[in-house]
Amino acid sequence: MHHEAPIVTFLGLQFNLANILMITIASAIVFLLAVLSTRRLAMKPTGMQNFMEWVMDFVKNIINSTMDWKDGGRFHILGITIIMYIFVSNMLGLPFSIVVDGVLWWKSPTADPAVTLTLATLIVGLSHYYGVKMKGAGAYGREFFKPFWFMFPIKIIEEFANTLTLGLRLYGNIYAGEILLSLLAAGLATGVGGTLAAALPMLVWQGFSVFVGAIQSFIFCMLTMVYLAHKVSSDH
Amino acid sequence: MLTNSFVLGAAAAHSGVNWGDIIFQLFMFIILMVLLKIFAWGPLMGIMKQREDHVAGEISAAEQSRVEAKKLLEEQRSLLKEARSEAQGLIENAKKQGDIQREEIIAVARTEAERIKESAKLEIEQQKEKAVAAIREQVASLSVLIASKVIEKELNAADQDKLINEYIQEAGEKR
Repeated sequence: MHHEAPIVTFLGLQFNLANILMITIASAIVFLLAVLSTRRLAMKPTGMQNFMEWVMDFVKNIINSTMDWKDGGRFHILGITIIMYIFVSNMLGLPFSIVVDGVLWWKSPTADPAVTLTLATLIVGLSHYYGVKMKGAGAYGREFFKPFWFMFPIKIIEEFANTLTLGLRLYGNIYAGEILLSLLAAGLATGVGGTLAAALPMLVWQGFSVFVGAIQSFIFCMLTMVYLAHKVSSDH
Repeated sequence: MLTNSFVLGAAAAHSGVNWGDIIFQLFMFIILMVLLKIFAWGPLMGIMKQREDHVAGEISAAEQSRVEAKKLLEEQRSLLKEARSEAQGLIENAKKQGDIQREEIIAVARTEAERIKESAKLEIEQQKEKAVAAIREQVASLSVLIASKVIEKELNAADQDKLINEYIQEAGEKR
């Protein structure tokens, strides 16, 4: 059940080639999907343009539910990119995984904690950046001592906890889903009887994983906006 | 074998952190975001904004044309009212004119008739006078004639003298 990761060291950095591959594929799919569906833009939207506009409105609603559009409008593109990228990433590992010589190549890029924590750190980092940029360093710093000065350590811990939970929640959900899928596929499906027995739970779990993947991408986007709003808005 | 898979660290059975993956992911995500902004979200947002503007413009245009139509309708209505009142005035005027003309014609006719009547009366009077004069003349001559006949028959010399004297006297008195 355990697969090796294709790790190479380059310039003193460890690269998991499977991750590199899947990140690239996920990015390419998101890019192609977005670009192809916005090739023929029209005032009267048709087909994929409708879908993309729906996604935009969906993210817009998420942002509006956490902060003023005046503040949050600048995060619109970030939000759409995140929700699309994470959704596509979550879906990639569902239909199959590819293992070559005991090395796992095809999987969800979000089933790796390094990837999800990178995204989470990016988000939290952006929240600090925009906190300083939009409220000024003074107001930003004072937020750490509100409502009481002795809350400071807790606030500091909160930032790290936010990062960790944001990344690990996504990773945990997707990784667990893939583990169970590979267990069902490889651990149970040995022989005709096993395959038949595994087919139904496999189907159920894949369906559930689609749901989980969609929900997780939504939650990630939602929490992104919540953290950003927390740092950016002055009234709460 | 199974337990290995569930251990977090065992997901990548190696030591250390994949810094390469982290950097790559960061890099890829930023590139993806920038590319999408340029090639997909930007144009899409543009067209959505454009549509929003278009709808807003159409609404305001419709509002404007509605106001304009209302104004025109009001204008037309007032024009119609004006025309109607004007027509009424014209009819009224014509009626009045007709009345006046009628009165005039009647008056003229009446005076004409009066005049004709007067002149006819005058004529009649003249004719009558003429006739009376003629009759009187005739009567005078006749009476003279009769008188002369009577006188011829019954007048003797004495009486004749007396009569002549009377006549002469009378004539003298008259003149």
